[in-house]
Amino acid sequence: MPAEDLAIKLLFATGPSINTRLLVAVILSIALLVAEHRSPQLDFLRATLSFFIDPLKYIVDLPSALIESAADSISSYATLKKDNERLRKEQLLRQTQLLKFEALEKENIRLRALLENSFKLGEQVLIAELLAVNMLPSEHIVIVNKGTRFGVHKQQPVLDANGVVGQVFRALPLSSEIMLITDPNHAIPVQVNRNGLLTIAVGSGEPNRLILPYLPSNADIKPGDLLITSGLGGTFPQGYPVATIDDFNSQPNKPFANITATPAAKLDRNRELMIVWSNSTPVPLTTKPVTETAHQPPAHE
Amino acid sequence: MNNNYGFGRIILTILLAMCMRIAPLPDALAAFNPDWVLLVLIYWSLILPERVGIFHAWGFGLLTDILTGRLLGQYALAYSLVIYICLKLHKRLRQFPLLQQGLFIFFCLLLSQLLLFFIKNLQHPAQLQRVFWQPVFTGTLCWPLVHTALRFVRLKKHN
Repeated sequence: MPAEDLAIKLLFATGPSINTRLLVAVILSIALLVAEHRSPQLDFLRATLSFFIDPLKYIVDLPSALIESAADSISSYATLKKDNERLRKEQLLRQTQLLKFEALEKENIRLRALLENSFKLGEQVLIAELLAVNMLPSEHIVIVNKGTRFGVHKQQPVLDANGVVGQVFRALPLSSEIMLITDPNHAIPVQVNRNGLLTIAVGSGEPNRLILPYLPSNADIKPGDLLITSGLGGTFPQGYPVATIDDFNSQPNKPFANITATPAAKLDRNRELMIVWSNSTPVPLTTKPVTETAHQPPAHE
Repeated sequence: MNNNYGFGRIILTILLAMCMRIAPLPDALAAFNPDWVLLVLIYWSLILPERVGIFHAWGFGLLTDILTGRLLGQYALAYSLVIYICLKLHKRLRQFPLLQQGLFIFFCLLLSQLLLFFIKNLQHPAQLQRVFWQPVFTGTLCWPLVHTALRFVRLKKHN
């Protein structure tokens, strides 16, 4: 085709005019915004499109993953040996602790049965790895490499070795987004381990800082207290460490005290996280052993 | 000249821009990370207006929504509006010196950022912070870089 023909064809381009196109695009966008804001009916569209987009996240993650594996492979024999020895000792220690823990767990179930109190127990975990991508700096949301193909669903609790990390905010087929407990839009029901005082810990938006805005100035709480999940609200299983209180000052003339806490989980350092399926059926009120299902990864769905 | 002239290049550069958008920078730098996807879209819509239209902008906006985990439609809306303005003014803009072009890019990025803030504010009231404006400034500063790099990509295709 000669160049002039093409130019003329472009000059009198067929199809709707540019104004009409803009109108269509704007109406479509607003329709999408309203539809998703009101109800989660667009999950299917998001899941489909994310099949094309998620590989980009893995590509972006590739350099950090390569550096990490390279660092692993060139670490010296001495370091490995030392590491191995340390881990072996640690494992022995943990195992003895677990022996005692199992006995305590049985006893706890028996006691709860005596009190006629149902008790949720038995969680399954899946280990997911963080992808090194940066979505929006102002929000505390991270991406992990396990999605709905592994049975991950919305609102699942996420832990690391030290405590609660956050919850699954959105599960896509190949990855999922996890909202950290420090996100300003996140709140988690907690309990003071020392005396069972119930309250809610809200994210502050700063890294490694939680706020407890709903406690009165005369509350029985002091720096160093451990906060654990209370199990209220149903999202988080009961009894996992969340944070330690690091500052308590009562404000005169104000009904609520000013309390801050540091999360127990290493939110900025861990690459491995655990996604938890909490067993929603309560333990029956008999002393039947039910702990066999605990700590096994779920079957891949 | 066939009808699909250069389209592969355009898609590749936009995918690269998307990767740069979610690059794992340290927190201090991440707040300055400009909207690369919009910069690349603006360049192509100014240079090849018959190739990159409003619907392309809308589609890539939708993909950016998914990439950054936003509500579906907000980047789509912002990008299609900005590209509409670029398409309307592309003949004049191509004649402008770099400084004036930079001013125009600044206002384009500002418009997109304001729209995004407006939508975010509808969701739940947010505060205008300094962090919110930083990408607009760095985006404007990066424009000559984007311009030169994409010009190189485009002209290499010709030979």
